[in-house]
Amino acid sequence: MSEQSRMSQATRRQFLVKAACAAGGLALVPVVTAGPARATPASMRTAMKNVVGEATVRKGKVTMDLPPLIENGNAVSLSVAVDSPMTAEDYVKAIHVFNEKNPQPNVVSVHLGPRAGKANIATRIRLADSQKVIAIAEMSDGSFWSDEVEVVVTLAACLEGSVP
Amino acid sequence: MTRALISVPPKAKRGEVIEIKTLISHEMEPGYRADSTGKLKPRDIITDFICKYNGEEIFRAELFPAISANPFFVFTTVAAESGKLTFEWTGDNGFSATESADITVE
Repeated sequence: MSEQSRMSQATRRQFLVKAACAAGGLALVPVVTAGPARATPASMRTAMKNVVGEATVRKGKVTMDLPPLIENGNAVSLSVAVDSPMTAEDYVKAIHVFNEKNPQPNVVSVHLGPRAGKANIATRIRLADSQKVIAIAEMSDGSFWSDEVEVVVTLAACLEGSVP
Repeated sequence: MTRALISVPPKAKRGEVIEIKTLISHEMEPGYRADSTGKLKPRDIITDFICKYNGEEIFRAELFPAISANPFFVFTTVAAESGKLTFEWTGDNGFSATESADITVE
């Protein structure tokens, strides 16, 4: 191989590397920008107030089950059990779940009645960050009870490929 | 195509508390994600789910974008009489799906 052709090959290689970097850089731009608006502990309190009103929320009766360490925030098993006889006189009317740092403070609200037999529900939720999750049970006598869990999320839901 | 999976015991004793599981295929696009061109994908979620037992509502859920894709719910009911359980999902862009299951109570 002549000196000249080695030179031109080196230049071609450099050009390709530079072109690839430029393309990669462009593709990265949307990822680097800031994420969308998030719920905050304050907006969670507002969302909770919309449900609870002026009533006081006491700790107890509610048991929320969430894994403390979550590898994938896109599908997290959530179950809530409320200690209630579930009779026509004394039952759980609703269970509301809230979070601090997803884009919205509400997660889910379920409405039950004495025909449920047990106040046990389960679903799968998304969590965008390590945060506190709160479950509030609304009883037929108008009282509210809660349980909260702190979770650590390693792969966040919702925010991959987000735009500003 | 929407596909729903329902698990209801076909037979139960009167007064027994039975467990019902439901799963429906749906993207549950939360409205905070971008497509490959960087454009924000609009929200497209199921917002309501209702289960009725012989026409009477026994379970209702309000869903928010924080519910995972392919919404899954587990809940219970007292086996009161033989009949039909109906399940109804409604959501954004006119989404609607229904499913039903029969139960024999002895």
